[in-house]
Amino acid sequence: MTATMPAPADLVPGAPPPATVLQDVWRGIGSENPVVVQMLGMCPTMAVTNLVANGIAMGLATTFVMVGSGLIVSLFRRRIANEVRITSYILIIATFVTLADMILAATFPVISKALGPFMPLIVANCLLLGRAEAFAAKVGVTRAVADGFGMGMGFTLSLTALSALRELLGRGTLLGVPVLSARYEPWVFMVLPPGGFFALGLLLLSVAWVAGRRKRKAHAR
Amino acid sequence: MSNLAWIFVSTMIVNNFTLVMFLGLCSFFGVTAKVETAWRLGLANTFVLLLTAFCAWILNSYILARAPYLRTVAFIVVIASGVQVTEMAVKKYFPVLFRQLGIYLPLITTNCAILGLALFQTSRRYTLLEGIVFALGAGLGLTLALSLMASIRERLELADVPAVARRMGLVLIVASCLSLAFMGFAGMGSGQ
Repeated sequence: MTATMPAPADLVPGAPPPATVLQDVWRGIGSENPVVVQMLGMCPTMAVTNLVANGIAMGLATTFVMVGSGLIVSLFRRRIANEVRITSYILIIATFVTLADMILAATFPVISKALGPFMPLIVANCLLLGRAEAFAAKVGVTRAVADGFGMGMGFTLSLTALSALRELLGRGTLLGVPVLSARYEPWVFMVLPPGGFFALGLLLLSVAWVAGRRKRKAHAR
Repeated sequence: MSNLAWIFVSTMIVNNFTLVMFLGLCSFFGVTAKVETAWRLGLANTFVLLLTAFCAWILNSYILARAPYLRTVAFIVVIASGVQVTEMAVKKYFPVLFRQLGIYLPLITTNCAILGLALFQTSRRYTLLEGIVFALGAGLGLTLALSLMASIRERLELADVPAVARRMGLVLIVASCLSLAFMGFAGMGSGQ
């Protein structure tokens, strides 16, 4: 155990550059958005976004696990031996996932049933392990929680956008409420598995297009 | 017997783990730049899947019946140690293969296909033999999807596409077409 070696936080090798709490939160929503920019956590992103309610529930559950595991990983960052760190992170994450699973099953049984095995599968979301290893294990508690919250919110927002697109085109509804007129013929394709890949592909293409335009405009100036 | 055959075909093609169930997408997008590594990773995954199916069956029949809330934690620990054991065994007995697989071997731990297999096996109450066949079908299906995607991406490298589509956007649209092709088998399950 390396527990007896307290090192000041700013001397940890590979620590992220200092930033305010607000910057830590914003990074996850914007410039380092887990889905659109980093392409992490793809499985839940596509598997549960056929309905808006499922997308939001998965996003919030992941946020809960991110904040909780970030807090614990950061608290114990000097007590966890280097050799067993990945296993310890996975165990911490699995504990919070079990908690989230039980809370969701107790409060929203219908959504919990719809998410099915994808709730416990949050453990295998590489976003969680990635942030624990790259961020939470190297910074103080406040920053770890802020980063977890930002990443979770960025994840939730992307999932909501994606599921809104799929539910609207695939069923003509939003959160189960009919939005498009009865004459609209739903694209069933969008709520089926290929529609998940297609919708995310469209989202990424439009993000790339907007970014490219912005860059060209900056060049022209 | 026909039940086993059905499980095999259903997991490998009709409900392909990657293209229809969305499991193991990280490696599907991350490791499919080359056909060679893609199918090797697929086979390594198949081996770990078989190992997991066996371990999950033991856990389900002897331990988890008494403590169902430990399911997620128990599975992930077993998978992590299973991958570790596989890595050591491959390093000792097949050093050449070990060097070819490199970093992809330990990364199997965070592949959700493995945990997904254990969870589906539990919720469908498969016997040991059914579980093993399920794992074999899932693993070969994964290998099929990885090699198909890698072959297409190798061709895409040379294609002249608009600048916007040069990154992941186009790969996702291609995945959508592949998934659509696999959806064509969906009718096969309706009689069951």
